[in-house]
Amino acid sequence: MYKYDSYDQQMVDARVEEFRDQARRRLEGKLTEDQFKPLRLMNGLYLQLHAYMLRVAIPYGTLDSRQMHALADIADKYDRGYGHFTTRQNIQYNWIKLEDAADILADLAKVEMHAIQTSGNCIRNISSDHFAGAAADEVVDPRPYAELLRQWSSFHPEFSYLPRKFKIAVIASDTDRAAMRLHDIGIQIVERDGELGAAFYVGGGMGRTPMIAPCINPFVPLDQLVTYAEACLRVYNRHGRRDNKYKARIKILVHEMGAEEYTRQVEAEFAHLLEQGVEPPFAELERIRTYFEDPLFEADLPDDIDRSDPDFALWVDRNTVAHKADGYVSAVISLKPVGGIPGDATAEQMHLMADLARDYSFDELRVMHTQNIVLPHVRKADLHALWSALDDAGLGSPNLDTVEDIIACPGLDYCSLANARSIPVAQQISERFAANGKTEALGQLKLKISGCINACGHHHAGHIGILGVDKKGVENYQLLLGGSEAEDVSLAKITGPGFDEAGIVDAVETAADVYLRERQDGERFLDTYRRIGMTPFKEALYG
Amino acid sequence: MADFVSDTDTLIRYREDEPVDHAAVTVDSFLDQSNASAVRVEPGDDARELIPHLERLALVEVNFPAFGDGRGYSSARLLREAGYEGELRAVGDVLVDQVAYMRRCGFDAFEPDTALNQDDLETALSRRPEVYQPAADSRTPIWAKRHA
Repeated sequence: MYKYDSYDQQMVDARVEEFRDQARRRLEGKLTEDQFKPLRLMNGLYLQLHAYMLRVAIPYGTLDSRQMHALADIADKYDRGYGHFTTRQNIQYNWIKLEDAADILADLAKVEMHAIQTSGNCIRNISSDHFAGAAADEVVDPRPYAELLRQWSSFHPEFSYLPRKFKIAVIASDTDRAAMRLHDIGIQIVERDGELGAAFYVGGGMGRTPMIAPCINPFVPLDQLVTYAEACLRVYNRHGRRDNKYKARIKILVHEMGAEEYTRQVEAEFAHLLEQGVEPPFAELERIRTYFEDPLFEADLPDDIDRSDPDFALWVDRNTVAHKADGYVSAVISLKPVGGIPGDATAEQMHLMADLARDYSFDELRVMHTQNIVLPHVRKADLHALWSALDDAGLGSPNLDTVEDIIACPGLDYCSLANARSIPVAQQISERFAANGKTEALGQLKLKISGCINACGHHHAGHIGILGVDKKGVENYQLLLGGSEAEDVSLAKITGPGFDEAGIVDAVETAADVYLRERQDGERFLDTYRRIGMTPFKEALYG
Repeated sequence: MADFVSDTDTLIRYREDEPVDHAAVTVDSFLDQSNASAVRVEPGDDARELIPHLERLALVEVNFPAFGDGRGYSSARLLREAGYEGELRAVGDVLVDQVAYMRRCGFDAFEPDTALNQDDLETALSRRPEVYQPAADSRTPIWAKRHA
């Protein structure tokens, strides 16, 4: 994985001192909260309902054991002994004191980490495929391109006061594990006639107006990648709406201007910028690539797994994924224990995951946008030992991509924007399905919960989505069906009138039962919904 | 160090030449009349309209009515990319923490609504030892140093 050189290190060190100075001026009253807000936001520091929240960047979701240990130490030292992994492959801490924030950034800088641009109206942390470098179906590891864009976008002088936040995802396979087309810019590295290039999808997003990004250029040569991104951003910075924050995302610009006109303007700006020398030399991409070479996979490893322990066999079936190297798998550590808070991990669990990564996965971990952790390169022969250690620590839930593997935003328990609680609903749903034993039968069923229309819990992209709203002072939950963030991307539709907290849990089970009744061979919930449509579900829910 | 710091106003300049002594006109007025040499660009203006007339411009003011409106950064960079060498002045809600990015986008003068603290300004401008990307200033990006 990528290692900082002295230049990268200087940049994060300078940021620590800059933020220390800004926090000092705020604490001394020299900056008003209004003036401080955009500065702290560019350092991932939010003021929530009860305390400051600090979001730490995990570029393209990749980290090593040293970094995971450091994240655990921060949870212990400055928070309440836990952290929360997010839908953009980051981690956030919910109980931070402003006085401590600069010290935390200094601790992060020691392990080549930072909180730069994890919030604010700037280019955010670049996300990617959590199986990058391990997946059998990728044309190339997408992370070097994400790292190139990370450096380009860090402290970008022209694009630090954009109309709104800006999220970029980079993938390199036809299977989309990063919700690529629901980003402001989604980039897919593709191969054409033996050459690699970048397909640009621009103007996707969730939030209150969900949009699927159209492809505006199917093949940008890799030695023009940064220039093309710069052109996309410049058109947005100049013409994105600033009169209404709810219409300020690039998806609205692309929608109102039309993808064709937006593309025309980007191409004109691109032609101009090609003359300006903003593209790093190809040697820089080559330099970055050397950090992402395969680890030394062993040859001739045994391919069979002793499945005599049924609990272990279930976990293997559910939580491991095919790897490009024989004898290896990628193993998913579920942060979704039944009744737990999706994405939370204690400091002890983080330390354990770090140790297991060192022992069993070439010292590498990944954060998934579904708020789980991946050990990307595990020998099949080590799986039982790995599972045993995870299971002992409450990390062995065999529920990847099941109805228990819920994405949920922090909701009204933490977030000042929320209208309703998300976490208790997630807890009750996972408890319900664990108790009624239907999880196994339901198979892949992606359930996503947001506590307000900003859609941080990705409810638009859930096979089943839940949206919490405020209805005359009472929490109310709308049910949505048919969304997907994957390569078969689609936006979920609302079933009808909302439900109260108990009612929404029943409603999810009712929808699941319709699927179990109606499904044909091999169909997932989503496939059945797409075949039979909304009506049978509505009849069961409201009939 | 700024070469010129006025006691009577908030103007800070990083240029050797004398400041223009008359007020800037709007982009529309400028395009209508031939004798103005100072123009003020508002966030919604298209700075590219000035490009055919750069020869007769000595001062371009770019207004920031609110610091969070970043359109002026693109306006500035576009003008520098087009070869404008006159004064490029950021005016309005210009805060010390924005000045370093503004310098990178080609601004060489600042006239903030509220005077900037000189120490904070020097600190902000000297904060970042390196830059990751080329812009409208002369700083060498990190990638160029890596592959020098």
